[in-house]
Amino acid sequence: MSTPSDLRDKLRKKRRALQESLGKVKDDTQALVPSDSDVTKENERTAVEKLTGRGDDPGETLRRSLKAQRMKKKKKLLEEMSMEGPPEEEMVNEEITAVQELQHDQEEHSVETLAEEGRSVRLQRDLPPLPVARADSSLSESSMRQRMREKLRVARSKAASLLQQEASLEQPSHLRGPRDRETLTRFDRETDLDVHEEESSFAARVKFRDAARKATRDKRTETGLPTEEEAYKFFTFNFDPEPQESRRKDRAKKKTRSTDDEENEGEEDEEEEEEETGRARAREGEDESRERDEDAPLVRDEEEDLFIIDQSAKDFLELKKADYIGYNRRVLREREIFFTPSTRPVPASCKLPENVQPRYLEDEGLYVGERPPVALSNQNILENRILKEDGGKKWFGDDGRILALPDPIKESSSRPPLYHLEEELDPALQTVYRKPLKSKYVNRYIAGVGDTQGDYQLDVDVSGLIFSHHPLFSKEHVLGARLAQLYDQYLSRQHKNLTCLLTDKLNGLRNTIRNMLELHSGEGISHVTQQRIAEYKQEVRHTRQLRDTEQEKDRTLLKSIIKVWKELKSLREDKGCTNTPYKLYIRREEIQRALDEQEQEAEILAEVAELQAESEEDYERKLNEYKRKHEEWKSWKKKQKTLKKKQKQRRQQSQDVDEEEEEDEHSEEELGEEPVKPEAPEKPDIAGLEQQVREKAAKIRRKPGEPVLVPELTASNPITPNEACPRGEISRREDVSKRSLFVKVLYNDKEVSRTDSRSLNMDFRVHFGQIFNLKIVNWPESIKLQIYEGVSSSSSLIAEVCVPVPESSVLTGSTPSEELEFSSNQRVTFNHEGVGSDVPVSFTNDGSNIQTLLTSGKLSCCVSWAVGEDDIPLAPPSTQHGAGMHSGLRQMDAIACIGASGLNDMKRLGKWAAESRLDPNDPNNASIMQLLSVASGGEVVAPDYFRLEQLQEEFNFLSDEELERSRRFRLIRLRSQEEPEFRNFKTIPATEREISEKVFEEYDRRLKEGEVIDTKEHIDAHRALVAKYLQKVRESVINRFLISKHHYILSDLVVEEEVPSIGGPGQGVLGLNLFKLAEPKRPLKPRRKERKKVTAQNLSDGDIKLLVNIIRGYDIPIRKPHTSKPAAGSKGARSYTETFTAASTSQTALQASEWPLGQPVIRPFVEVSFQRTLLQTSTAEGPNPCWNEELVLPFSAPNGDYSTSSLQAVRDEVFISIFDEVLHDVVEDERERGSSVHTRIERHWLGSIKIPFSTIYMQSRIDGTFKLGTPSVLLGYSKERSLGSEGGYDAIRSLSEGTFLTLFITIEPQLVPGDSIREKMKDVKFDTQEVERLLLACEIFEKDAGQRYPDRPCVTTVVDINGKTVFITRFIRPLPPPQELLDAFPNNSQEATELVVRYVSLIPFLPDSVSFAGICDLWSTCDQFLTLLAGDEEEHAVLLCNYFLSMGKKAWLIIGTAIPEGPTAYVLTQEQNRYLIWNPSTGQYYGQHDTFCPLQTVGCLVNADNVWFNIQLYATPIRMSFDVTKPKFWKPFFSRSFPDPGLSSVQPEDLVYRRTDKAYAAELQDRIEKILREKIMEWRPRHPTRWNRYCTSTLRQFLPKLEMSGGREVAEEHRLELQSLLGDYRISGFPLHLPFSEIRPIIEAVYSTGVHNVEAPNVEFALAVYVHPYPSNVLSVWVYIASLVRTR
Amino acid sequence: MTSPNPSVFLLMISGQIEGAQFPEYDDLYCKYCFVYGHDWAPTSGLEEGISQITSKGRGSTQSLVWNFPLDITFKSTNPFGWPQIVVSVYGPDTFGNDVVRGYGAVHIPFTPGKHTRTIPMFVPESTSRLQKFTSWLMGRRPEYTDPKVVAQGEGREVTRVRSQGFVTLQFSIITKDMKKLGYDTTSGEQAPATRLAGTEQPYRS
Repeated sequence: MSTPSDLRDKLRKKRRALQESLGKVKDDTQALVPSDSDVTKENERTAVEKLTGRGDDPGETLRRSLKAQRMKKKKKLLEEMSMEGPPEEEMVNEEITAVQELQHDQEEHSVETLAEEGRSVRLQRDLPPLPVARADSSLSESSMRQRMREKLRVARSKAASLLQQEASLEQPSHLRGPRDRETLTRFDRETDLDVHEEESSFAARVKFRDAARKATRDKRTETGLPTEEEAYKFFTFNFDPEPQESRRKDRAKKKTRSTDDEENEGEEDEEEEEEETGRARAREGEDESRERDEDAPLVRDEEEDLFIIDQSAKDFLELKKADYIGYNRRVLREREIFFTPSTRPVPASCKLPENVQPRYLEDEGLYVGERPPVALSNQNILENRILKEDGGKKWFGDDGRILALPDPIKESSSRPPLYHLEEELDPALQTVYRKPLKSKYVNRYIAGVGDTQGDYQLDVDVSGLIFSHHPLFSKEHVLGARLAQLYDQYLSRQHKNLTCLLTDKLNGLRNTIRNMLELHSGEGISHVTQQRIAEYKQEVRHTRQLRDTEQEKDRTLLKSIIKVWKELKSLREDKGCTNTPYKLYIRREEIQRALDEQEQEAEILAEVAELQAESEEDYERKLNEYKRKHEEWKSWKKKQKTLKKKQKQRRQQSQDVDEEEEEDEHSEEELGEEPVKPEAPEKPDIAGLEQQVREKAAKIRRKPGEPVLVPELTASNPITPNEACPRGEISRREDVSKRSLFVKVLYNDKEVSRTDSRSLNMDFRVHFGQIFNLKIVNWPESIKLQIYEGVSSSSSLIAEVCVPVPESSVLTGSTPSEELEFSSNQRVTFNHEGVGSDVPVSFTNDGSNIQTLLTSGKLSCCVSWAVGEDDIPLAPPSTQHGAGMHSGLRQMDAIACIGASGLNDMKRLGKWAAESRLDPNDPNNASIMQLLSVASGGEVVAPDYFRLEQLQEEFNFLSDEELERSRRFRLIRLRSQEEPEFRNFKTIPATEREISEKVFEEYDRRLKEGEVIDTKEHIDAHRALVAKYLQKVRESVINRFLISKHHYILSDLVVEEEVPSIGGPGQGVLGLNLFKLAEPKRPLKPRRKERKKVTAQNLSDGDIKLLVNIIRGYDIPIRKPHTSKPAAGSKGARSYTETFTAASTSQTALQASEWPLGQPVIRPFVEVSFQRTLLQTSTAEGPNPCWNEELVLPFSAPNGDYSTSSLQAVRDEVFISIFDEVLHDVVEDERERGSSVHTRIERHWLGSIKIPFSTIYMQSRIDGTFKLGTPSVLLGYSKERSLGSEGGYDAIRSLSEGTFLTLFITIEPQLVPGDSIREKMKDVKFDTQEVERLLLACEIFEKDAGQRYPDRPCVTTVVDINGKTVFITRFIRPLPPPQELLDAFPNNSQEATELVVRYVSLIPFLPDSVSFAGICDLWSTCDQFLTLLAGDEEEHAVLLCNYFLSMGKKAWLIIGTAIPEGPTAYVLTQEQNRYLIWNPSTGQYYGQHDTFCPLQTVGCLVNADNVWFNIQLYATPIRMSFDVTKPKFWKPFFSRSFPDPGLSSVQPEDLVYRRTDKAYAAELQDRIEKILREKIMEWRPRHPTRWNRYCTSTLRQFLPKLEMSGGREVAEEHRLELQSLLGDYRISGFPLHLPFSEIRPIIEAVYSTGVHNVEAPNVEFALAVYVHPYPSNVLSVWVYIASLVRTR
Repeated sequence: MTSPNPSVFLLMISGQIEGAQFPEYDDLYCKYCFVYGHDWAPTSGLEEGISQITSKGRGSTQSLVWNFPLDITFKSTNPFGWPQIVVSVYGPDTFGNDVVRGYGAVHIPFTPGKHTRTIPMFVPESTSRLQKFTSWLMGRRPEYTDPKVVAQGEGREVTRVRSQGFVTLQFSIITKDMKKLGYDTTSGEQAPATRLAGTEQPYRS
């Protein structure tokens, strides 16, 4: 690099040169500006720009005085700087300065800095600006400056980048990037720079500043930048020598560039370039970039001269308006670029060649296919577009339309229909399943590709090809080629010189034999030696034969060469021209005749001698053979004779025996074949032998003394030039010259490259000499070379050559190129001299010697693996090279392991190894030997099993036993199995030691329960067994339904609006909602809002509350005065009619007499207990109280699991009990009576209702009036009502007896009931034995019913306990009830019926939804039901219905809904034109018109024959008809169109009842009593519990009576009895009647009565239990409990 | 507080729902909640949240920015049921009805440090064209019964969804006592670094 001063000088020079050329540039700008401005600019900047044009003159003047001024300025600046230049300024400089300083002369730098600072100082003095001074010149200058700044910036950045390159330092100027959008040439900038320096005279500057300020201000107002004042302050406080820096950068730039120039080009170039830039600018003017150019300088100015501050973010941002090009302008511009084909039809004349009329083929009667439909506009567009293109007309047919094939789409399917319902599928169309095949190229990627060393490269070297025959061969060529071929053959033979070798070998062998014989001199030849000699002789013979054939070949070859040459010569003469350069010379090598003859003679003699010896040997051998055979033959003959004799004898003896005959035949067969009689061998003819040898020698060898002929083929013959050739030949040659050839390289059947096409030479050799480097990713499968021959533009495939994939050891550079032969069987004929291909050609003039030649030749090429730069072969490792063999297989392919790929045949390998006599001790062969030993020992055994996850063992970090033992894993596993104990187990401890064994205790116990029956819990062994069985059924059913539980349907996951249907019940979203919109709003008629349903997932304890609204009660028993009279006579015989009317009236009468009106006879309140929470209402008065209170009970789910399934499994029940609040005056001291009130509150249980939570959950609300479960006897109370007040209402009410309570129960918030599973169950198909047709009909029936009456349950199929779908009528079948029940009242069918009903109701109730947690409703048959002794409404109803049927009643099963059970089953009977509705689980019956019948809707009726669906208007029993024969009211399932197919029942023929075990019942009775006693004492921890034995024994006597009467109407009698016995006790008590299932419900029931709560000090208790056994272990449990308070 | 034998490990998550890319929609807000297994319990922080409504920037970037903070600490004994965050995005449709614009879920990263996750969002599709139309008309598009559904696989096979956009979340994860309980979530190379960072080692008695 030159010194700075040099550079500077250069720069100066250059600048001067630039100055001179500036004028031109200026003019350019001037010229451009006006045109530009009037087109686009509408803002203020345009004005500035206009001024620029006018202000050119001052710029020129300034330019002229540039040099002087600058010198002056510098001096001035220096002076100023010395006065006030603060040294910090340099520090403020950006890094860029520092960078440049590295390059710059220090002194100069400082001068420059000062200069700039001086300017900035002056600038300060300029302020405040003169707004008036808006002179043209200054403005022009400003705009000039602006532009200059722009350029400057570019230059700066460029300089910086240059610097960066040079100094490779961090370069901050890139920050300016955004500004440097204007990519102008650097020379431009230089010219401007000069101007800038010129104009830096002081006066001009002042003006200029003003103008600049103006512009700035304008700009500011636009952009919202700080006001002038702010700016002023801003500027005065900080200044920055940044402009100077930029200038310095220019310098630097120039300097650096000038250094470049020095090296590269002269300065003159720059001037030229500058002109170019001038032009560039001119062009630029057209562009929109001009805009940027114009507005940018304003900012620049500010920055450089006004904002002498550090660059802030604002400086880098440029704010400007978005570019907008006027629409018309844009359209104009786009028109130049775009072509928009019009949609107008193209006139036919454009589409056809000139003066051609369109020709319509249809009109000419030709068939023209239907064209595919194309929109006319699209077609027009296409035509327009095509016409625009070159040669577009070829797309149009004769008729002026676009050429089109007929519409390929067939209207009807061309494929034969595949599925015929009945017929077998056409075997040809049968689907064939094939095993999946791995894609060919999957896993064929070479491992490690993509790694650095992983790129493999194949070099395919296509060096050239030679045709051995080509269609364009002339005959001479054919011959020439044959000659050449023969000569090649000759040469190669000569090279191998086999004849000579074999002769030598023969001689050597002969010598050895001779030597051996001589050595032993004929005597004492050992056996070994003899053997060896024989071997040698054999060898000699073999070698001799070989030599003879070789010699013969040599001879014939030579002959044929000469023959072909002769033919060639004659052909040349014939044609008169020469096409091939071949010329054969034959050299003659004279040999000494005598010697030669001698040698030959000796040879012949030796041969003859050998042959003689051999033939003698042969004769000997044959003779021996003959002798042996002859002997055999003789012996055979003898045998034959003897045999024949024997046979004859036998035949004479026994002719009848078949077996023997067979034997005979057999033996005959054995001897049947007669050996050929051997013939004696001939003696060898010695003389003949010699003759033979001589003849042969004459044929295959030179004649003795004949010179040796050595052919020599040269290509020296001159070829006749074209002019001298005959015409045919000329045209052939022309044809040849037209041909060109190229070779395509195909890798894995994909073309990867092709050679250049080379023209065919006269000698039919093509040289390509091209090497293709293939970077490969896939394993090489095949490499193919395809040879194409082209005439002019078209080309055709001649032949394909497969190149073997090289071994990985084959590397480029070390491999010779191979010659691969190819041939083609294309038939080619010519009408010129070319012989063609696959065409018979005759080579002689007479037409004989016809040959058919095929195009063939040799392609010389070479495929090898490339060698990398550092001599690393770019070949994949050889072990991987298995041509896509699977890695797993490769392990077994031992041969591949040793690298001998391709040798897959074990036998062949063995053979090869044996033949080649491998040295077993050579370590190189070790692997092969090993392999062979394996091979000889048997096949290489590949494992004949297949193992999945063979690495599983590796991952087992623990043995299974250990894993089993781990408590933590057990816990996790059990939780995952959703065992009930662990279902929601939270936070399983992290470590083993934190888990105690206790966690599992409960679970283990439950598991054990399976085997051991816990008698304590179940009391009854049978019950325990049943419970166990139930448990098992439950488990199996749960497992069966687990799938369906986890089977989701869309509505479970996605909330979606229903499909809107117009009208229709329920969800006519569109129809109804539209009407609703039109409906007027009626604020006084509030609508019931649907409560929002809450999914149970995100709930926690305390979120759910049970709301129980107690509204009112009816007919609550009233207290009785102590002094009561004996009741009216007992009711012995009753009838149904009586029970409803007579009973109550009698009581009414009784009561009326006893109580005066208006006396408070009872103070009832309601207590609700749920989950051990007790809440009670306030106390009301009277037998028909009204509470109207809401009780809120909290609900908590078990384990805090609020999922639907767990909520459904909640077994808790809501107990709603009515108590009487009895106040006892307990004031002991009579004197205090006046002043204080001492009362004891006693509560007496009157009755209760229990509602299972599951019912509430499923129903979501329970609303209605319910009958209270009252004890049949209430001591101290009478079930009588006051008449007077409610006379009119009494009539209706009296229809039924009992106490009633009106309730409303719901859950807050409303939970989504878990019926979704039930819904889903419909989707899940169960196993079934029903006919498909029936099921289909069921589906249709149910669907239809559901659509018409969605609120009426319709059941046609049910799921039995085995999880199979069964048609419902199959469950109905008359079944006899236990005989003893019928025998109990032999005369009174009424009583018997009631007993049967009672029996059924005594079977414990167990809802399905509890046992099979919300899975589905299962129906069990009656025998299953009786065995299980548990079931829900359906089972009870079915059993009762069956009993009724067997008792000769007309009975139906009612499927409907009731309160509080929800969907349920009742039984309907027809008795004397009245319908009775039986509740099977309570044993209650109701008349059809009973108001308090819990049955709310009747869905369908079922009997053994049919199912009827209720299609009446109303579904409540009161308002409907039960006459199923009326099709208007009932829709039968089996009708005339679908008759009953005669379904057999699933019920057993007969029920087997076990005898009741009285002793067992007594035992159970004792145990229950004992347990209850203990419990009551337990519940009274603070008080002593005394038992009144007398009372107890009395009560015990009553209980059987109660049982006998069915709990009815015995009350009065025994109450009186009691009264008499315990006159001085105030008794309150009642008998509880329960079916027995477990002891727990009994305890619960006793607890809920609250008898134990009596806290009077002198209270005594009485408890009696009676268990009455019924057949089949149905037990009726009576618990009589009473509290006695002594009144005295 | 450091015990030599901890029984739980802690996972502290702080981060934010940075923003979303929903090219077609504007004025969106999002809800988040965490789904975790039985062995997990949040010890502090908010399990659920709902963000402000954000509008698209005026600029060229079409992203919606919430920068809605997440801060929650879980304790657990078992990595099974590792928490997932479920984000659901809602916004008004053409008629101003609030409809769901996307559901998405992602596991909380388990390595300590800062992580950015972009989760693709999707919404369930209507079952039929007609329903699609009516749901569009009525502004009641199909929604999941529970957004937490998207964090689990069960039952998803019955739904069809359409992808909507992306939500970007940023997490800063701190774990405590994971390694002591035998769960090493850091990779081998980072192990020395974390050992340096974790101060548990010296205090071990």
